[in-house]
Amino acid sequence: MQEHTSARRRRVAFNWRRWRIDPWLSLLLLVLVGSGLVVLYSAGGESRYLVEAQSMRFLAAFAVMAIVAQCPPHFLMRMVPVLYLLIIAMLVAVDVIGSHAMGATRWLEIPGVIRFQPSELMKIVMPMIIAAYLSKRDLPPNWTDLGVCLLLMGLPVALIAKQPDLGTSLLVASSAIFVVLLAGLSWRLVGFFFVLALAALPLLWLNMHGYQKQRVLTFLNPESDPLGAGWNIIQSKTAIGSGGLTGKGWMDGTQSQLEFLPERHTDFIVAVLGEEFGLMGMLLLLLCYLLIIARGLYMANKGADTFGRLLAGSLILTFFVYVFVNIGMVSGLLPVVGVPLPLVSYGGTASVTLMAGFGILMSIYTHRKSTS
Amino acid sequence: MVVVLIMLSTLVGRLVYLQVIKHDVFITRSDSNRMRVEPLPPNRGLIFDRNHKVLAENRPTYNLTIVRERADDLDQTLDLLVDILGLSDDKIDTFKKRSRQRQRPYQPALLMSDLSEAQIASLAVNRYRLPGVSVEAQLLRYYPESVAMSHVLGYVGRISESDLERLDSSNYAGTHFVGKLGVERFYEDELHGKVGYRTVETNARGRALRELDRTPPESGKNLTLTIDSDLQALGYKLLTGKRGAIVAINPQTGGILAMVSTPGYDTNQFVTGIGSKSYRALQDDLDLPLYNRAVRGQYPPASTVKPYMSLAGLENGVITPQTTVYDPGYYKLPNDSRRYRNWLRWGHGRVDMRRAIRVSNDTYFYTVAHRLGISRLSEFMHRFGYGEAHSLDVWGAQSGIMPSKEWKRGRFGKPWYPGETLSVGIGQGYWLATPLQMATAASVLANKGKWIRPHLAKEIGDTPVTPPFPKTPPDIKLKNSNWWNLVDQGLEDVIQSGEGTARSLQKGLQYTMAGKTGTAQVFTLGQNQKYNASELRERLRDHALFIAFAPVDNPQIAIALIIENGGGDHLAAPIGRKMLDEWLLPRLDKAGSETPRLDELARGASDH
Repeated sequence: MQEHTSARRRRVAFNWRRWRIDPWLSLLLLVLVGSGLVVLYSAGGESRYLVEAQSMRFLAAFAVMAIVAQCPPHFLMRMVPVLYLLIIAMLVAVDVIGSHAMGATRWLEIPGVIRFQPSELMKIVMPMIIAAYLSKRDLPPNWTDLGVCLLLMGLPVALIAKQPDLGTSLLVASSAIFVVLLAGLSWRLVGFFFVLALAALPLLWLNMHGYQKQRVLTFLNPESDPLGAGWNIIQSKTAIGSGGLTGKGWMDGTQSQLEFLPERHTDFIVAVLGEEFGLMGMLLLLLCYLLIIARGLYMANKGADTFGRLLAGSLILTFFVYVFVNIGMVSGLLPVVGVPLPLVSYGGTASVTLMAGFGILMSIYTHRKSTS
Repeated sequence: MVVVLIMLSTLVGRLVYLQVIKHDVFITRSDSNRMRVEPLPPNRGLIFDRNHKVLAENRPTYNLTIVRERADDLDQTLDLLVDILGLSDDKIDTFKKRSRQRQRPYQPALLMSDLSEAQIASLAVNRYRLPGVSVEAQLLRYYPESVAMSHVLGYVGRISESDLERLDSSNYAGTHFVGKLGVERFYEDELHGKVGYRTVETNARGRALRELDRTPPESGKNLTLTIDSDLQALGYKLLTGKRGAIVAINPQTGGILAMVSTPGYDTNQFVTGIGSKSYRALQDDLDLPLYNRAVRGQYPPASTVKPYMSLAGLENGVITPQTTVYDPGYYKLPNDSRRYRNWLRWGHGRVDMRRAIRVSNDTYFYTVAHRLGISRLSEFMHRFGYGEAHSLDVWGAQSGIMPSKEWKRGRFGKPWYPGETLSVGIGQGYWLATPLQMATAASVLANKGKWIRPHLAKEIGDTPVTPPFPKTPPDIKLKNSNWWNLVDQGLEDVIQSGEGTARSLQKGLQYTMAGKTGTAQVFTLGQNQKYNASELRERLRDHALFIAFAPVDNPQIAIALIIENGGGDHLAAPIGRKMLDEWLLPRLDKAGSETPRLDELARGASDH
């Protein structure tokens, strides 16, 4: 009896393992995406079109995840330098010939074929190249290693920031930093870099665009311009706050349904959730994210080699940074930077990149040595 | 992992703070976001004459409004509107000025009233290019007898910036018009009504999506006037082509039956907004059509004051009914060589009071004035309402001037000269009065001293306006009440006697009538008035005046009228007679039941 069930479990586990897919993580992601679609239907003004388009994207994204999961980590590691250089080239190309959207040059377009943001790809390739580099050195990294990492990170981050896309460049930078941190940086050094970053803040301020400065000022005092720049944050706080404990009910959120809430199906979708499902809904969402992150960290820890562990850990932590920055910004804790809520906000490229990241994570986990 | 948990706890803390601790704040903010309170303007009360004929009504029209905050580019929108509406250059200026007028934010500002159907159609076609602009159906004031009634009713006009300061802004939220003059102005509060509200749910662009709550407005009260529109129309017709005024009062009620000032003007064009060119034309008109002569025109009352002078003399004991004065054609103050002339150069010979009134002898009243002195004279005339504004509800009524020593010192800083008393004694000099005051005094005289404040409102809503009114002056009680009758006899003689100054009226007169003519000398020209030579001569002619009441034993109408530069009084008296005939003949027939006519019977017994 007991023999029988454990055999069955092994058989099932074997099958998953064979297809390089982690069932638990997949289940959690499906739950997240499913709830996201429910919220999107309400946020998009009951538009079936939005939900269908988003579903198609997620189908594609899951496919990408499955495909990426098939690539063994060694293969990825070999490919990384080429990918890195290719994307740098594309970022330079964007700077020269990219197409404009909303005052920023982020897109690369081959007319009629494809239109995408190279900076998105960098979100995955960045931790890969750092992890690949560090995995070949002695850990913890010495000063020379740190210098090399800084160089590898600095170039694309600068290119992306120049587009300008502060949100993405910060995410790319943080993904690189996570790798270095996971590689075992001493806390003294961490503190040192933190102070260095603080010192660099004024420099950053001087190099910011007008609208970026405005966002920071608005964050510090949203009431200063309630109809202009402060509008978004006031309305999203009002939406979340008025939701209360249990929310106003699905599709009954006045802030979102009456269009007071801006960008409610993209960056500010969590405010719709907060308004319509209340604190309960928000806690369930955060729990879902927490479980994904916990599972991801667990999987990263099981990685076969240093490269895998560093990369997987960085990917999952970057995912967390997404969640934290988005919810923090919508609830008024952080300034408004254009970071979508992962796997919930409407939009294609970011979802695909994220799912590709989970694909890598699964690949690393399933390609571990089958000891134990 | 620890770091992750700490950061997640921060988020949870933030959410608890927003959704639990500050929940009340945000639910209020979210409600005020989505709910908007919109005013529902009340319908303005109608105005009727005493026979329930409509004098002011509300016509449905279409108005153009703009919410400036919602227009993307105001100037461009306005240019587009001017194009679409095909406005003339004259109107474009007013149009643009209106768009700049101060207004509560997010309240629609009225750009243009009374759109034509073609304009509404082209606006509808271009609607997508005109954010913030809308066409509102609205009731617009309309005056069917605007010209004859202009100085009684006044008009409503768009609320101006100065209006905004005196109006209760919450009650006028949504109201575009306010009474500017006349009855419309005086009874603004009653006519306007009370604003209603509705709460609507709106989206972020301000579109109302559904109504949540509604408090209906309270319509303004209808107003019934004491004015008889037929009498008013006749008065206006009789004065057409002249500059003048007629005020007729029912002495028994104080109700003003007619209040004419000519020329009048079309008040309807002020409702929809008069063009600057037409307005300037009205303002620059030498005949001053915008000037309400009946209540603001101040004229020397001239010989119409002689009955009151007689009473003043009797009451103060400076004359008796039998006192006679010899008139050589002039009067001389003791120790003064200057001659104060009688109007008849060779004099009336020996005159007593009754004859002095009859022939309007000046020398007699010079004597009375001199014996009274200015102080007693002035005090007595104040009791008849001279130098006072005693009307109950006449907007803009002036008090005229009843001169006294104190008045002159205050005004000119000079002492009073005895010669000036003589001029005042025949209603000239500094003495100025409005036609309304003259009619009021005649009414008090007809009532033998009983005061009822003259008024225009007969009923407000369903409530009749009846005396006693507050601040009514004390009734005039003479030491000998028979003196009233003696003065009345003199006034009757004016018409009935062969030497009466209005003897032309006696022909065919079917009731007893007391009257007094007057001729006011014009010795000053207003400043800023430019006349050409022929016009100058015309405008230097005397004003013709006439006061009367009838029937003498039971007065039902008292009247005062003036014709500017009318020359002699022969012009004024016949007009007075026609007015009295119009009012009294139908009523006499009925009362005397000699030859009752059907149409007069149909008028009903509501007249008071």
